[in-house]
Amino acid sequence: MLLIHCPHCREDREEEEFSYNGEAHIVRPLDPESLSDEAWGDYLFFRKNPRGVHREMWYHAVGCRRYFYAARNTLSYEILHTYCVGEKPQIDAANEGAGA
Amino acid sequence: MTQIQQINRLAGGARVDSDGVINFTYNGRPMQGVSGDTLASALLANGVDVVGRSFKYGRARGIVGHGAEEPNAIMQIGSGASSVPNLKATQVELYEGLESAPVNGWPSVDFDLMSIAGFFSRLMPPGFYYKTFMYPAKLWMTYEHFIRRAAGLGRSPVGDDPDSYDKLNQHADVLVIGAGPAGLMAAREAARAGARVMIVDEQSEFGGSLLASTQTIENRSASAWVDLMVAELKTFANLQMLPRSTAFGYYDHNFIGILERRSDHLSLSAATGSRQRLHRVRAKRVVLATGAFERPLVFAHNDIPGVMQASSVSTYVNRYGVAPGSRMVLFTCNDSAYQTALDWHGAGRTVVAIVDSRAEPNGAMLAAVEALGMEVMLGCAVIEAQGGKRVKRALVAPINAQGTEVVGSVQRIACDLIACSGGWSPAIHLSSHTGAKPQWDEAIVGFKPGTSTQQECSAGACAGTYRLSECFAEGAQAGAQAAHKSGFGSGVGLFPQPPVEEHDEYPQQALFLVPHTQRSTRAPSQFVDMQLDVTAGSIEIAVREGFESIEHIKRYTALGFGTDQGKLGNINGMAILAKALGQSMAETGTTIFRPAYTPTTFGAIAGRDIGELFDPQRHTAMHRWHLARGAEFEDVGQWKRPWYYPRSRASGGVESLREAVDRECLAVRNSVGILDASTLGKIDIQGPDTAEFITRMYTNSYLKLAPGKCRYGVMLKEDGMIFDDGVCACLGDNHYLMYTTTGGAAGVLAWLELWQQTEWPDMQVYFTSVTDHWSTATISGPNARRVLAKVCDDIDLDRQAFGFMDWRDGTVAGVAARVFRISFTGELSYEINVPAHYGRHLWEALIAAGEAFDITPYGTESMHVLRAEKGFIIVGQDTDGSMTPADMNMDWVVAKNKTFSFIGKRSLQRSDALRDQRKQFVGLKPLNPNDVLPEGAQVVFDPQQPIPMSMQGHVTSSYYSANLGHAFALAVIKGGINRMGQVVHCPLADGRILAAEIVSSVFYDPEGARQHVE
Repeated sequence: MLLIHCPHCREDREEEEFSYNGEAHIVRPLDPESLSDEAWGDYLFFRKNPRGVHREMWYHAVGCRRYFYAARNTLSYEILHTYCVGEKPQIDAANEGAGA
Repeated sequence: MTQIQQINRLAGGARVDSDGVINFTYNGRPMQGVSGDTLASALLANGVDVVGRSFKYGRARGIVGHGAEEPNAIMQIGSGASSVPNLKATQVELYEGLESAPVNGWPSVDFDLMSIAGFFSRLMPPGFYYKTFMYPAKLWMTYEHFIRRAAGLGRSPVGDDPDSYDKLNQHADVLVIGAGPAGLMAAREAARAGARVMIVDEQSEFGGSLLASTQTIENRSASAWVDLMVAELKTFANLQMLPRSTAFGYYDHNFIGILERRSDHLSLSAATGSRQRLHRVRAKRVVLATGAFERPLVFAHNDIPGVMQASSVSTYVNRYGVAPGSRMVLFTCNDSAYQTALDWHGAGRTVVAIVDSRAEPNGAMLAAVEALGMEVMLGCAVIEAQGGKRVKRALVAPINAQGTEVVGSVQRIACDLIACSGGWSPAIHLSSHTGAKPQWDEAIVGFKPGTSTQQECSAGACAGTYRLSECFAEGAQAGAQAAHKSGFGSGVGLFPQPPVEEHDEYPQQALFLVPHTQRSTRAPSQFVDMQLDVTAGSIEIAVREGFESIEHIKRYTALGFGTDQGKLGNINGMAILAKALGQSMAETGTTIFRPAYTPTTFGAIAGRDIGELFDPQRHTAMHRWHLARGAEFEDVGQWKRPWYYPRSRASGGVESLREAVDRECLAVRNSVGILDASTLGKIDIQGPDTAEFITRMYTNSYLKLAPGKCRYGVMLKEDGMIFDDGVCACLGDNHYLMYTTTGGAAGVLAWLELWQQTEWPDMQVYFTSVTDHWSTATISGPNARRVLAKVCDDIDLDRQAFGFMDWRDGTVAGVAARVFRISFTGELSYEINVPAHYGRHLWEALIAAGEAFDITPYGTESMHVLRAEKGFIIVGQDTDGSMTPADMNMDWVVAKNKTFSFIGKRSLQRSDALRDQRKQFVGLKPLNPNDVLPEGAQVVFDPQQPIPMSMQGHVTSSYYSANLGHAFALAVIKGGINRMGQVVHCPLADGRILAAEIVSSVFYDPEGARQHVE
């Protein structure tokens, strides 16, 4: 069971307080109607499944009810860091790759 | 009945109390043991040789080990509801009145029908399940029943478990697992440094291997030194000591599951409190000090009772005061087992011979046994044991230096005990749980723990360090470091190293399969995994049949599949496989150990979360009224909702569901009914951007919804599929109340939060769940207005002034209320909301006000029928996550001209959403008016089509309607909207085929006139 740091509550809490919400940083297209079916399908359905560091979204469902982001290693399940929506990640992707 | 004497009990010197006699039964026979015994040591003391029959061949099996590794002595303990199957006799502490019986060995251990299978063992090759019992499939149940019964996997208790169990959530700076030499030192150093420390051990007392050791530490016996050490540890207030506690699983982020057995070692009358505790420990650092298992030697008929692990023989002698035999042959490929010869000799028994596979060992141990005049046969091996229910002799022959061939004549040596040692295998199980890949180490001839990403380290024998002085040093270092890394101490040990009397060992030989004069597939069975009867020959046959991977071999032969997880057999099995494949051990690798390390009771995992506490129930404020009226309840999420209210029949008895629902439905259509609608999800939404926000979430627009008005809306996921529906009311400027389905409330709230927080954080809109804040009573029917008028005089109820889809603030039954004129039945309806605490009062006031109209409480079943008559959908029943609004014939709810592309809009234009022959929502009218089609029934166009038929849709809702006078259904059917009037068919599992006509989904009052009655 994971121990997850909620960046909003600033506490380490058990995984059972959270729910997982898939890949992070998927931006909704500003003008969906202008997209081809294929491009819209990419936005809707296609997700990364990396072996290594994955940027993902979590929801502190029975806590503060805030969504936040986590950089998690999908091999070791290590959570490198968590950060609030709108915050810049503390480590850049290149460094994470080296650590993975 | 005469008691069986403890013929193998030694006098004094051990850790048991030979005066503390304990009575117990084995297979119904009364026996005696002593205080400190395990069931295994007591059985050996009583001279019990056979403790089970083997899984596949029904061979007699005896006790082999002394701990978690024991494959044979698997017992059913106790009787009745407290009975526990599949416990290892080596881990069961003896208590007064203990009842035990072997799980393996129907109909009896000593005379076993299955032993006849032994004669046919060549007919039961590896993979015999797959090969023999595959066909015909219908006989599988018979086979399985026979196999299970014969194999005797224990019996689950039939009654409810009378014991209670607890769960504790714990935190530790340093968790030390294992209280042998390394673990004790680690705990002491970490505690001294000031860290919060837990040390756990599966045995009844701390000390691990030291409890059976004859070494001298700090000028004391090992046993006495342990007592001093434990006393010292008890002085630390920051140290929690848990004996009888097994760390069974090492999970992510240093989360460890520990099962503490509190009363399993006590007789029923002495046990108090919870039987077991599950400690859920989150540790900053973990020190694994789990020790090692002695490896068996694989030779022909090495499973005959009387073949034991050398270290186990020493443990029984030194710790329990039991000598399991009289004339021992010791068979070893290393120095450590020589100690067993010394221990056996010390117990006054005869060491017939020491058989050492190494040609020229040269060490202190050899000298010691030779000084006692023991016969040592170098460069030799026990190639076969002989005997029936007990070893009678060992066949010994010279072998070559590689240990692969017999190179001389076979000598027969009479004995009744063969003690074996094939070296040691570190107990890397918990390390493996972390995902660390075990590393083969030629120097120690074993797998060492791999590197893991968890905050842990291994110390002592489980890290491949076997010398006692080094175990002490490694444990102390690990404890000091673990404390330091969790913020305590300098990382350097503070205690001096205890001086130990020890000597150098001559290198061991890697001997995984002892050669025989015949090759393995022809030789008498050489057992690798005793619990599942896997032989060396069967592994070689599996390789011959084309299996290459250890994981496949494991599944084909069942190697390591038993409740012992192959703690003894795995390494030998892998080595035999590696050799057959011509690979190194490192190339072959190992199977992955997974939790649980030893079997763990479900009771402990469930803890107190059983019965009423398994899942909370949510009750509305009117719940007790429903109970008093004899309502039957339906679970909707965690809510208990009244399903229907059966009344007594005039003719006697109680109404059936159908009778009650018919009566309730007629009452609503003809006069007035009342429904507890408190469970509907309610989300209060405020903020200047609310209207814009919810307009983006719903398919229709709320920008022009005025205070006092409501609107029905449908929410889509971004893929265009219906996700939830409900009414949304404008309460005031920038203030809205959104209703959701009962089951969808939490999901909708999370969905709203998701979009606001991550996509449009600049929008000022705030969500609050108010589901539990309000009680809702819905009165519905042509007399609804008359009922409401009796209890409300400050709202103008005129049908023009308070129109359909309006809501009003007012006072109902003296309570401030919000009244919504919305309808899920198609009748004139008012949903009256009051603060939750007034719910019962409101309900009773409405019942009283409605008495003149025979107001009838109705439940969810009638609500479903009434709404279905109107063709109103229930999300999740009529939709399944693959239905668009157009599929549900609800295009009217989708606003085409909203400026913002609402959630899901683009997907409604995807080619798949626009294609012909999507399933569409229609009504079905059975040709036989009394045929209620089963919900979920598949719909076909041609009932004569051969199977597999073309499925054209399915029934989503189906009821009998008392108002219509016939059964009816809602369904989704391919291209259904253009098939009105066509007849379709529902072939049922029982062979009947029900025919129905496709009709409009609105069966009742299609003009919608009834909600506007005067």
